[in-house]
Amino acid sequence: MKQYLLSVCYPASGSRPTPAALNKIMSDVKALQREMQSAGVWVFSGGLHASDSATVLRHQDGDIVLTDGPFIESKEQIGGITIVRVPDLDAALLWARKLASATTTPIEVRPFMEHPG
Amino acid sequence: MAVLSRFLGDISFAEEAVQEAFAIALAKWPSNGIPPSPVGWLITTARNKALDRLRREASRSERQHAAQLLNDVEQPEEHDVHDDHLRLIFTCCHPALPPDAQVALTLRLIGGLSTEEIAHAFLLQPTTLAQRLSRAKAKIRDANIPYRVPDAAELPTRLRAVLAVVYLIFNEGYSTSSGEGVVRTELCDEAIRLGRLLVTLIPQESEILGLLALMLLIDARRDARVVGGDLVLLSGQDRTLWDESKIDEGRALVRICLTRNRPGTYQLQAAINAVHSDAPSAARTDWHQILELYDQLLSIAPSAVVALNRAVAVAEVHGVVRALQLVDAIDLPKYHLYHAVRADLLRRIGRTADAASAYRLAVDNCENRMERDFLMRQRQSLATH
Repeated sequence: MKQYLLSVCYPASGSRPTPAALNKIMSDVKALQREMQSAGVWVFSGGLHASDSATVLRHQDGDIVLTDGPFIESKEQIGGITIVRVPDLDAALLWARKLASATTTPIEVRPFMEHPG
Repeated sequence: MAVLSRFLGDISFAEEAVQEAFAIALAKWPSNGIPPSPVGWLITTARNKALDRLRREASRSERQHAAQLLNDVEQPEEHDVHDDHLRLIFTCCHPALPPDAQVALTLRLIGGLSTEEIAHAFLLQPTTLAQRLSRAKAKIRDANIPYRVPDAAELPTRLRAVLAVVYLIFNEGYSTSSGEGVVRTELCDEAIRLGRLLVTLIPQESEILGLLALMLLIDARRDARVVGGDLVLLSGQDRTLWDESKIDEGRALVRICLTRNRPGTYQLQAAINAVHSDAPSAARTDWHQILELYDQLLSIAPSAVVALNRAVAVAEVHGVVRALQLVDAIDLPKYHLYHAVRADLLRRIGRTADAASAYRLAVDNCENRMERDFLMRQRQSLATH
């Protein structure tokens, strides 16, 4: 079994969905999470506030200073993540396909590194 | 995997063993080189891995049982080797890999081509291709791209990449990009074998039939194409040397495709070659029909190489001047056949000096000795006329 991170990507410049559209997305995502849970592949999922809510800790002259996030200027933002535990990439892609339909956004699928031993 | 799962009676277990073997293959082959029989190697390694695992994990009675089963795994039968070949192809042609990498990886792991040969097929630097290959191998390993033939729902899209790969293997065999010989028959035979397997696996897919027909019809001319070490063009070939049984088989497949009436790029190219095969002599070739087929081909799959081939048919139907206008508008400066076609057209309208420099460009861009010799002979014959 292998864990994959499914990231919800959305363009920073894009317009926000209407409240009605957002409601639909939220309920579809919740339904998909239940489906993942009953299939036994769900590990974790959560939505994220916009990247201007982020805080970054940075090494500077032997000290740690706080700044705002490095991804504020990025064209693509991460809106939320889901982690699934499945046998292989094809299985992960199957769930990612469903997630892309539910969120109506692109989904990035990335494998987690295996822990040795 | 088929071999192992039959004896181990547990598909997921066999799959894991093969996954491990495959991961090892990907890690080892780049440095140690491809073993003489990659598929046999995979199966043997998978079997050994399975044995290791059983020793570690199984209880004593299970161990005895498993050891007995593994002792029964002798040399894999040809049939199962074919199955494993296909699985490996589908892994190499996985859509999560960039399309160029899919083709390169399959040629490297299944076709056993060198990085240089693959680079030439793509008109790329060998170092660029080597990087592309290693990135693709890393992704197969890290993302755990599975080793299996895709299910029915996925098959049509997955198949397109596989067909492109098989045809590239064939082309590399039929017109070896560098080195001494022109035809590497083992690669042609390999591609045709894979084509036949795909037909058996997915008989309803017309493009597979088209691809197999195309390869058979071209391969049928193998013996007529090189005479006394010299390359002979289609128009000059001794048609009695053509392999009638391959032509008959190719023709029959084209007929099946026609009745199905779902044209695709391979079926159209096969039909074009069938028209050539039907002609009792070069002079009696039905160029009108060939041009019509090229028009269809260009409309569903526009590319510079198709446009170049169509121009050759245009020269026969509408004249050389018209064809030359088309060729001059095509941008293929590194493709030796582009310059060869252009040189031939220039020669035919008496522009001898221009033809000579076009032949020079063709020679400069050609890496196969036999093809280069042919082009140089063509160039020399200009002076004597």
